[in-house]
This record gives sequence, C-alpha cells and structure tokens, in this order.
Amino acid sequence: MSTKTDDTAKADGPDAGSGAEELGAAGSQLSTAPVEDAPNLPALGVIGWARWFWRQLTSMRVALLLLFLLSLASIPGSLIPQSGTDEFKVADFKKAHSTLGPIYDKLGLFNVYSSVWFSAIYILLFVSLIGCIVPRTWQFVGQLRGRPPAAPKRLTRLPAYATWRTEAAPEQVREAALGLLKRRRFRAHAAGEAVAAEKGYLREAGNLVFHVALIVMLIAFAGGQLFKSEGGKLIVEGDGFANTLIQYDDFRSGSLFDPDNDLAPFSFTLDKFTGTYERSGPNTGTPRVYRADVTYSEGADGKPKKTAIEVNKPLEIDGDKVYLIGHGYAPVVTVRDGRGKVVFQQAVPLLPVDSNVTSTGAIKVLDGYRDKNGKKEQLGFNAFFVPTFAGAGQGNMFSTFPALDFPVLALNAYHGSLGVDAGIPQNVYQLDTSKMKEFKDSKGKALKQRLLPGETMKLPDGAGSITFEKDIKQWATFQISHQPGDGWALTGAVAAIGGLAASLFIQRRRVWVRATTGPDGVTVVETAALGRSESAKVPEELSALVALLHAEAPTAPDGPPSADKPAGSASATETEPAAPGQAPEAESPVPASVEGAEQQ
Amino acid sequence: MTHAAATTLAVATNENLANISNVLIYSAMAVYLLAFFAHMAEWLFGSRSKVGRTAAALTTKAIASAEAPKVQVKGGTAVLDRPKVVVRSAAGARDVPDGPGAHGGDEQGDLYGRIAVSLTVLGWLVEAGGVLTRALSVERAPWGNMYEFNITFSTVAVGVYLTLLALKKNVRWLGLPLITTVLLDLGLAVTVLYTASDQLVPALHSYWLWIHVSTAIFCGAVFYVGAVGTLLYLFRDSYENKLATGGKPGSFAGSVLERLPSAASLDKFSYRVNAAVFPLWTFTIIAGAIWAGDAWGRYWGWDPKEVWSFITWVAYACYLHARATAGWKGRKAAYLALIAFGCWLFNYYGVNIFVSGKHSYAGV
Ligand code: HEM
Repeated sequence: MSTKTDDTAKADGPDAGSGAEELGAAGSQLSTAPVEDAPNLPALGVIGWARWFWRQLTSMRVALLLLFLLSLASIPGSLIPQSGTDEFKVADFKKAHSTLGPIYDKLGLFNVYSSVWFSAIYILLFVSLIGCIVPRTWQFVGQLRGRPPAAPKRLTRLPAYATWRTEAAPEQVREAALGLLKRRRFRAHAAGEAVAAEKGYLREAGNLVFHVALIVMLIAFAGGQLFKSEGGKLIVEGDGFANTLIQYDDFRSGSLFDPDNDLAPFSFTLDKFTGTYERSGPNTGTPRVYRADVTYSEGADGKPKKTAIEVNKPLEIDGDKVYLIGHGYAPVVTVRDGRGKVVFQQAVPLLPVDSNVTSTGAIKVLDGYRDKNGKKEQLGFNAFFVPTFAGAGQGNMFSTFPALDFPVLALNAYHGSLGVDAGIPQNVYQLDTSKMKEFKDSKGKALKQRLLPGETMKLPDGAGSITFEKDIKQWATFQISHQPGDGWALTGAVAAIGGLAASLFIQRRRVWVRATTGPDGVTVVETAALGRSESAKVPEELSALVALLHAEAPTAPDGPPSADKPAGSASATETEPAAPGQAPEAESPVPASVEGAEQQ
Repeated sequence: MTHAAATTLAVATNENLANISNVLIYSAMAVYLLAFFAHMAEWLFGSRSKVGRTAAALTTKAIASAEAPKVQVKGGTAVLDRPKVVVRSAAGARDVPDGPGAHGGDEQGDLYGRIAVSLTVLGWLVEAGGVLTRALSVERAPWGNMYEFNITFSTVAVGVYLTLLALKKNVRWLGLPLITTVLLDLGLAVTVLYTASDQLVPALHSYWLWIHVSTAIFCGAVFYVGAVGTLLYLFRDSYENKLATGGKPGSFAGSVLERLPSAASLDKFSYRVNAAVFPLWTFTIIAGAIWAGDAWGRYWGWDPKEVWSFITWVAYACYLHARATAGWKGRKAAYLALIAFGCWLFNYYGVNIFVSGKHSYAGV
C-alpha cells in the first residue's frame, strides 16, 4: 500500500486505456468511486489533521486494509475455544495452558467477536463505509440530475471507435442517433455536433444499495445483540412452562433488554417427546427423528393449541421462538419412609453423558422423611440410568442404544443432610455427600443396587425403600429466544444480494455519436464507446448501434480520401477481418516493457 | 410380517443402489484417468512450432502488429461496406496474443485433446450417475457427509468446465489441471472419506439443506475453476515478464506456458468467474444463517464453519474491491484471489477435520 499502489491505480485504473487526461469530463465520473490522492502530509492544525485523518479513513486504500484485517481478525476465534459458544472448552483450555491462558484472556482471545480490537476494526470499517457512502450518494444524485458529459475532442482515443462518411445531413444523423439511443434506453442528449448518451446507472445504484445494506445488516445485528434474550428450560413430559424470568433454568439477555416488560406472555406444556433411532447398519443408534408434542397458548389467556416442535421447526409464539435443543430420560421414583408413607414421588430428570443416553443424576428427598425412630432426616441417591442395558455380567453400566429397550436404574443411597440450606446454590444433578452417610448392606458394604422397572430397593434396618416405577418419562430442553432485528437483517441481506448482482453484472457505459461536415462537404460520422472497465460487451454494443445507424445513414458511394485513412496500430484490433485500414492513428502507447527490451 | 418383509426388501434395493453408485464412481475414476492420459498426450505431442509468438509480440513491434489476431465482434453480419468498430486495449497493457492451446496447432495433439474432452464427457456422465444413484439409495440429497460432498463437488466442477466448453469459451487449457485434481478429489473420497450410504441426523432434515449445500458446492466448484485460472495466470505472467525484460525462460516453461492464453486473458477469465459467483456465495451464507436460525436457535453464532465462510466472503470481497476501486489488476489481485480460495478450502477440509463445531458432519 505504498506509492506503488497509486501508480498502478493510475495506470490501469477504472478509466485506463482511455487516456483519462485527454478525455476530460467525458471519462470522468463513470463511477462514484473516490479519487485516490497521495497522502499529502499536512503541516496543519487540529482541524487539518482531523480532515486528513478523515480522508485517510474514507479512502479506498484504508477500506481495503480494514476489510483484510477483519478477515484476519476473525481467524483466532475459530481456532481458540470461545466462551460465548463453549464455556467448558474454554475452562479446559485454561487448565491445560497455564501460561497461555491468562495471556489469551488479556488479549480477549476467548471472546474474539466481542473483543475491543475486533470491534474497533469493524466499527472503523463501518465509519469508513458511511463516510464513503454519503458523498457517493450525493455525487450519484448529481449525475442522475445532470446529463451525460459531452463528447471528447478525439473520439479515436476511446476503447471502441467507428467512423464512416455518409450523404445524410449531420442534423439528420444526430437526430437518428438520438432516437436510436433513446429507444435502447440510453439517457441521451444532443450537445453541439455530437450526441452524448449513457446507460447502466443501475450498476451504481446497485453498488450503493449493497453498501447501504451492509450498514443495515450491521445495525440489525448489533441491535439484535442489545435487545435479545435467550433462555433454556428443561421440561419433563406432562410439565409446563410459563414465560417469566423465574421459570428459566438459565437466562441471558442483551444489555438493553427489560425482563419485566419484554418477555412475551405465553405458556406451553410438553405432552410427549418422541425420539427414534437407526436400528441397524453402521450408524446404529444415530437419531432419526426428535419431536416434542406440545400444547401452547399465546398471551396471558389464549386458547390452548396443539403442535409439534422439531429440530428444524421451532415454534413461533408472540414473536419469540421456542427451539427443541436436547432430550433425556426422567425415571419416576417413589420413596417411602420407615413407616411405609410415601414421602417422594417424582420424575427425576437425569443428564445424558453419551450418545446412547447413559444418564446420571441425583434424587434428593428434602423433607417429609423420618427414619424408623421418627427423626427428621434427608435422603440422597446417586442415580445411574441406562435406557438399554448390555445385560448382566456384560461389562459396565453403559447404555448400548438410546431407546428404552432394556432400562435399568442403578442407585446408591445416603442419609444425613443434603446441605441445601447452606445458602450456596446447588447443582440439582449432583449430590453433595460431605454431610451424609452411605447406607450399608448386611455385609457392611455400600448399598448399591440395579433396578428393573417396577423393582424396589429396600433401605437397611427398615429405613424405608425406593421404587423404580414402570412409567419412565422423557424430558426435553427448550431454548426460548427473543431476537428482534431478524426482519431487518434479512431485508438487508436480500438487498445486499440484489445490489451486488446489479453492481457486478451491469456495465455502465457511454456512447457518443458525432456528425460533422467534412472539408469536401460530405458528412463524417464518428462514434465511440467507453465502459467502466474493459469489456467485450462495449464494442459489441457499439457495433450493433453502428449497424442500425448505418442503415439510416449509409456510407457515401466514394470512399474517403486516402489521406484520412488512419494507419493500423499495434494495439488496435479490428472487429472484422481484412478490414481496409480504418483503424485510428497509431497513437497507442508503447508498453514500457517493450522500450526496456529495446534498450538492451 | 409383511411389513417387515417389505422393509427388508426396500433396504436391499437401497443397498443395491448404493453398490451401483460405488461402482459408477470407480468407473468414473477410470475414465477420468484415461482422459488424464489423453491430455498428457495432447501436451506431449502438441506442436511447439508456435513457440515464440509471445516473445515476438513482446519484443518486436512490427511482428506484433502483423501477428495481432483479428477479433471478430459478434453483433453484425459482414456487409461489405459496414463501418468497422475498432477496439483498443488498455494503455500500458501488454498486447500479447493468446497461446494456441495444448495441441499447439498440431493435428495429432488436437486429436488427443478431443479424445480427452470426449472421455471427460463420458467420465462426467458416469460420475453424475454415481451421484444420482447415491441420492436414490438414501432417498435424499446426496450431501450428508464429506464423501458425498466430494463426489458432488468434482461432478459440478467438471460440469462447469464442460458447460464453458459447450458455450464455445476458450477453456480447454483447464482440462489437464482440472482432471488431475478431480482424480485427487475422488481418490480422497473413496479412500479416506468413504461413508456408507445412510440417513441424515435430524438437524440436517430441512429444505435449507438443499438450498444451502447445493449452492455451497456450486460456488466452491466455480471458485475452484477461478483459482486454477489465477494460478496459471501467475505462471504465465512471470513468463511474459521474463520475455519482456529480455530473459530466457526454461524450455519447459517455454513449451508449456507459451501454449496457454495470454496473462491478460487468464486474469480476465478468473476475475469474471469469481465475480459471477460472488453474489451466489453471499446467498449461500445467508441461506446457511436462515437454516441455523431454524436448527440451532440463532442465525449467527460464530461457529467455526460460519467464521470461515465469513472469512472466505470477506477475502473475496477484498479481491473484488481491490479490482473495482484500487484498479488492482494483475499479480496483487491474483494473490488475494488465491488467499480467498485457500480460505474456502480450509473451510471445507480444515474445519471439518481439525476444528470441531456444530456442523454435524464435522469430523468426517
Ligand atoms: C464492509 C465492507 C465492504 C464490503 C464487503 C464491500 C464490498 C464491495 C464489493 C464486493 C464491491 C465490488 C462491486 C464491483 O465490483 O463493482 C465493492 C465496490 C465498491 N466499494 Fe465496497 N465494500 C465494503 C466497504 C467499502 C468502503 C468502506 C468503501 C469506501 C471507502 C467502499 C467503496 C466502494 C466503491 C467505491 C466501490 C466501487 C464502485 C464501482 O464499482 O463503481 N466499500 N465493495
């Protein structure tokens, strides 16, 4: 990005090949791209510096640099675990790398996409974008209001050129050309001896739309982050959920989200969860269908409606979306105390630890239980559950299939204090056994038992029992998302694609037709075309125009005097083979490299 | 009973189809291998008599003007006294004619080249059949894992190339590098990435799969074609530079690079190809975001796959921007284009294999 860049920019820039200086206004403003000027280090005051900084920021060079930096800056986030996506991995990483961890933390590498430096890059880029878009839009409006620039003096210098002599009067030719160009949807007007025309403004419009759409998308994304909310909830079959803050298991929201007023009032109940799995073949056990049948009602007191939520089919209620995220089993257990009184009967959700839904968790009997002496106590059970048991003596207690083919619940039991009153928030899936004693069996070993559905484990010394009921429930986790700005982001995205397509596929070009009376009284017609970039389409189009115009102003019978015939040139290629020298004068610049070669 | 029997029958048919698909893919590889040899023969037997055209164009003005090809502009029939449109190339641009192609104007070479193209057509039909039977065997779009992605990818890349040929574009020079890499791609697919045909996990059950993945494959194939053009451009450009400054390129370079289109044509070709698919790539990412919104509850979550699609997008945007605004034609822009394609490749192989994310076939 040194001065060399500027050189190249000038040599093969947008108007390259047209000898931009000589074309003057004709070649200018074929786009609204800002002109690159060499940094002219000012010896100015604060305002001067500010203006200089602004010019730099909104220059194409810096825009390019920022764009490139943005892609570089997104790389670390894909290679280093991110706390936004996976807290556990971040923790693991920090444990494994005790020196790197803190450094990464300082650099924001666990939070790349909300880090200061990442934000700085895209904010600068978007400031640059806005600083670029506003003047470009004005300029474009000016161009739309104005007229295509008049013909340059020497049309022969343009990338596509044609000339002939005709007997039609110059006015006649110009009028025919004007009509012809207008019919082909050029903006055309007569200026002096020539007709000037331009077409393809949609390219510029598309380009501006594209860049504005980028801004819209960014604002929608940023706004969405500020106002969004997202929470998770585990629901066992038969249970329900009402959308209030206290009902969530976990809840995150953007800094401008107001949980008191922004939570939509809806509720739903999980009626049934269905999971099916591949039964045979190499992918045995891979899930096929997950479906949660729910009954929901919109608003505070809407009519209940039934529907199903699937992995790719969230439920939309009141503008929020409810996604099906995970599932597992919740065995129903009944605990009786020493006197046979039921003190606990509940479906206990257990957390899956592998893809065959081997699950673990804890059963906590907080109150109501009295031991055989009538003393109040708390009970706790470590639970290990497999939906498909491998069979007795078949190794360990891991599930071999995710469906409920051969469910087994393994328990060991504790009594004492669960420690929930200590005020420290407790993980409901883990037992804190520091103040508990393990029940022992008759041989003095820890009490441990595998239960089939319907079986009961007796606690020693008449301390009661626990029954694994036949009815095993399933649970599902849901994510409830409130994400405003979606619509805007989508609109921006669609506009961006449309604008981009217009910007890339439409060519903006100018055509001039000049008709003058030659020294011998015969009319000389000259036409030329100029595109924003070199393209075969421009000469093709000119050739078609020439064909039509020629039909109305045919070539004068006698050929032009030979003195007028321009010589062939190295870089001029004729559009029809064996054309008798009608190429323009050999003004084509000699490539610098050729001169170099000759000197050697 | 009957139900179970019917199911078994259906499974058997599907396994049959899957086997047919495998046979077709192997056959396609065999045919492509023949096409590869035919292309080699085209290059080997192709004449080198035209070698030196570039040097002549670059060092002697007189010869250059005599040798300058005549460009026939479509758009009008040749009426004798119709005025001609004269086309001038850019100031400062090298005015070098395109090379004659691999056959170098040699009849035998040309024959081998034609045989190679015919074999490519045949191989492509067989491969497309393989992809189709694979799709039928699983009764879904054949894009559920990397094996399927790979076979579809090379089918589309060859399809794009053959379409360009059918449109009478000057792209036969793509033949050898394309077939070589297609063979590599298929070899990788049948050995390392092979996965028995199977149903999809629930997260992939969505019509967005059709839209997002098919456009992703298509864009990748077209970007790939563009990248081959860019790479050849870089070689050809060095060759022309060397000639223009009076250097003597090696005889291998002289023989091979001389037959390629001129650097300017290659550059323009890759620009057009890349620019043409860029809007579709933008669409692919947006379609992915919509799908992610349905499947995972957020449309953008900086998952590694998403990040790398974004990086690829920004890199290509950077390339187009550089060309449109800074007027970077030539080598600098070419490096950007190659970096961008490298990002695409990494997004496909690198992210799937080395980085774990939400995309369900990640980890092959
Ligand atoms: C978010 C970052 C940006 C992206 C992704 C982006 C993307 C693009 C793309 C893909 C093009 C190519 C269209 C074509 O070939 O005609 C383009 C053109 C252009 N962009 Fe950007 N751009 C960005 C930021 C900017 C900024 C910051 C500026 C101003 C400083 C800018 C000014 C322009 C101009 C002047 C053109 C050329 C217009 C023309 O062809 O007439 N862009 N941009």
